[in-house]
Amino acid sequence: MTTESEVQRERAVEKLDRVTIRFAGDSGDGMQLTGTQFTRTSAVFGNDIATLPDFPAEIRAPTGSLPGVSGFQLSFASTDILTPGDQPDALIAMNPAALKTNIGDLRPGGLVIVDEDEFTESNLKKAAYISNPLEDGTLSKWQVVRINITRQNELALDGLPLPAKQKFQSRNFYALGLVLWLYGRSMETTVKWATDRFRRNPDVLDANLRALRAGYHFGETTELFHHRFEVPAAEVQPGTYRHISGNEATALGCLAASIRSGLPLVYSSYPITPASDVLHELSKFKAFGVKTIQAEDEIAAMGMTVGIAYGGQLALTGTSGPGLALKSEALNLAVMTELPLVVINVQRAGPSTGMPTKTEQSDLLQALFGRNGDSPVAVVAPATPSDCFTMAIEAFRLALKYMVPVILLSDGYLGNGSEPWKVPVVDDLPVIEYHYAKPVDGSREFNPYERDPATLARPWAVPGQKGLMHRIGGIEKSGETGDIAYDAGNHHRMTLARLGKVERMVQDIPALEVQGPPEGDLLVLGWGSTYGAITSGCARARKSGKRVASAHLRYLNPLPANLGEVLRNYGKVLIPEMNTGQLSLIIRGKYLVDAVPFNKIAGQPFKIAEIEGKIDELLGLSGPYEFQFGPASVLGGG
Amino acid sequence: MTTATTGSPTGADEVIPVLTRKDFVSDQEVRWCPGCGDYAILAQMQKMLPELRIPHENIVFISGIGCSSRFPYYMETYGFHSIHGRALTLATGLKTARPELAVFVITGDGDGLSIGGNHLLHAMRRNIDITVVLFNNRIYGLTKGQYSPTSEMGKITKSSPYGTVEQPLHPLRVALAAGATFVARSIDRDTKHLEETLYRAATHRGTSFVEVYQNCVIFNDGAFDSFADKEVRQERMVYLEHGQPLRFGRGREHGIRMNGYVPEVVRNAADDGGLLVHNARDANPVLASILGEMEYPDFPVPIGVFRDVEAPTYNDLVEKQVADAMAREAANFEDLLHSGETWEIL
Ligand code: SF4
Repeated sequence: MTTESEVQRERAVEKLDRVTIRFAGDSGDGMQLTGTQFTRTSAVFGNDIATLPDFPAEIRAPTGSLPGVSGFQLSFASTDILTPGDQPDALIAMNPAALKTNIGDLRPGGLVIVDEDEFTESNLKKAAYISNPLEDGTLSKWQVVRINITRQNELALDGLPLPAKQKFQSRNFYALGLVLWLYGRSMETTVKWATDRFRRNPDVLDANLRALRAGYHFGETTELFHHRFEVPAAEVQPGTYRHISGNEATALGCLAASIRSGLPLVYSSYPITPASDVLHELSKFKAFGVKTIQAEDEIAAMGMTVGIAYGGQLALTGTSGPGLALKSEALNLAVMTELPLVVINVQRAGPSTGMPTKTEQSDLLQALFGRNGDSPVAVVAPATPSDCFTMAIEAFRLALKYMVPVILLSDGYLGNGSEPWKVPVVDDLPVIEYHYAKPVDGSREFNPYERDPATLARPWAVPGQKGLMHRIGGIEKSGETGDIAYDAGNHHRMTLARLGKVERMVQDIPALEVQGPPEGDLLVLGWGSTYGAITSGCARARKSGKRVASAHLRYLNPLPANLGEVLRNYGKVLIPEMNTGQLSLIIRGKYLVDAVPFNKIAGQPFKIAEIEGKIDELLGLSGPYEFQFGPASVLGGG
Repeated sequence: MTTATTGSPTGADEVIPVLTRKDFVSDQEVRWCPGCGDYAILAQMQKMLPELRIPHENIVFISGIGCSSRFPYYMETYGFHSIHGRALTLATGLKTARPELAVFVITGDGDGLSIGGNHLLHAMRRNIDITVVLFNNRIYGLTKGQYSPTSEMGKITKSSPYGTVEQPLHPLRVALAAGATFVARSIDRDTKHLEETLYRAATHRGTSFVEVYQNCVIFNDGAFDSFADKEVRQERMVYLEHGQPLRFGRGREHGIRMNGYVPEVVRNAADDGGLLVHNARDANPVLASILGEMEYPDFPVPIGVFRDVEAPTYNDLVEKQVADAMAREAANFEDLLHSGETWEIL
């Protein structure tokens, strides 16, 4: 662990296990950068971290307006944490709009730091404040610290040959410096990062560093803060760590599959929020032989991916919900022609365009069933940002072994959220096997549907292989000859064979693990990005003596072999989902258990307290649980 | 289209055996209606392919949906009968992944210009090194006789009993507008011209687009007879040849000249002076596009190679980027995993 450089400690220090901070400002205020830098510093310090960035839906909403507010929340702790925190303990609001949209989430008694200079009449008006909240007593529930950030920043940058507008943009460094001081963190990580980042622009670098130091020293000298806070380092497994977001992890996982299989990776995709970062990442990997195609549309991206798979390489496409809808026909072609490929779906709030920058997990049924005919695809879902790495490799492993398309269901919360990640050792990663078809002897014709008896996979005969020329396509084919076939028995058998491949994967995926007692009053079952909130909520419930366990599905088709047994070991089953009950429908239908759906469709992740509240309801310890949806906050609010 | 290299995933380079037309005939029974123009195109393709001297197993035919899209089943090559309108997307993916393959796309006026129109534009814009053969019969055959995007205005079909009220699309002009580097037209009944055109398309580097006028005997019989019938063909069609003046007629006595942007027929043009000389290599596709608009009865219908220019192909550029990156950057996955800020926990 890095030791901190001397930090003055003349003020009273309050020790905390965990702190959640939210930085909020105009989208031009650089709040993502501020949040990311604070995150890095805390990670280097040794805290466990979880983050949740939040971008406004509008790319260029008017400055100072409510829709233009951008936020970044992070939680850092001396214990293992799984979510970016329910309620911030501190809010840094760079303007009235940021205050207005976020204050409702702050815990009572929490700390609010505002840039007082920005509370001008016109900014107040843009934020629809009738009177100045700093004056009218509306903030009495919280500790408000008013700082002239803009003015102080200006003074610190005095004399630098930069236009006033550019100087204004260093305010986020000032705020960062102040918060670093407040939590006893050094500026070292940020100074190092900024020096590299702005090396071609010495004036900007100078401005940012001056602002950073000014903010830090202001904390030291001012009397505004009575004490500082300290969150000691967490007990974390030894090793080399880095930060990783879900989309980065997905891209790296796919590259890992290429490296561990020896097959070149080709990615074809159409830009779509929140999946585009996967395209951005993969397009940097040319030196690893990765090719990326920015297709003309979602349909084309899927069709190209089928062509890539047909060509015998690692075929990958990525999208978000509306894009998956467009891909369904060509994806079905991959089901029919039994070609191995992976479709990443970074889910977002739907239906239709929905809320592109907000998270949801409402494409489960689309992934499972959203195609014509009986069309089984395998579906896997990472539970955390770094788990995207593991599950991307898994997706390819299963696709290649069983010759089926696999959908990887990520979501906006996982894709944009990040966490510290213990960097894996390459040689420890699974080796991904694939087999091209073996040549046939001249005595008989090659049959593209001669299946492997164990997996039911058909042979992967790729153009360029001698003696294996054959014709495949979307029309049903004879399992015996590979020719077009309309006969009844054949379609029946082929449909069951396509299904059978996915069913047989069950022999190849890990059993469902339970956290908590193996039997008890309640099992909370989840999938995808709800992992953190569910696991933490159940852990807290157990701490207070409740017989509650949690289990998280990372394989959704097929479901783990022991799931039915696990479900029967508990009095009740609760399924929290960010949709109207899609997994619940499957579980109830498939296992005939009276699972209780718990559904939040707010474009926001579950909070730990919400899970705890619902647990209490199910255990008969409280009345019906009601969500407390906050105001128009960016990050929390319910 | 690609040059002849042997590249198999199993790696071996060997001498390409001499193939004949028979080698490209699959064991499948051909199911087109007797008399359909598709037969002629199939035959010429099978006849032409051995001339390419490409390893047999490196040839791939990809089609969409429609009568013409049954084509891959009848070819003894790798074949993929995909879904409606999307053949070009599969071809683009395949060719990007495996540039050493020779990829042919078989499509029709409905498949390629209606449901799959977007992909046609983008394949040509990118200049993917593939050969696209569009069978234009100006009707929907497989779905039994509705009008297509190339059906003439007013056409009476099952779905337009009162006549269509839609302007037809000119496939060649679309191709030219999208920047296709090889654009040609041929016709099912002129087998020699067809074979030659297919060969030129297949040997061109970049997207080759060939429109073939194809007679649908069942739903649009005789669609091209007015100008393509043996009796009148010489009078009503003009064969384009690079560097040659546009001449037609039984004794090539008539010609075409330009009056500003407007083509004109010159009856009994005594000498070539003033006649339009065809330049398929013109960097500017405007003249080719004007020719693409010439229709019977106002003009003889042009047939042949409208445009044949050199330009970097998408595949070459993709391969070059990858090769350059590999040469420049020492790709190390371990390092990549450790990129950005890392820290040690002891
Ligand atoms: S319907 Fe027309 S295009 Fe189709 S096979 Fe018959 S004749 Fe040919």
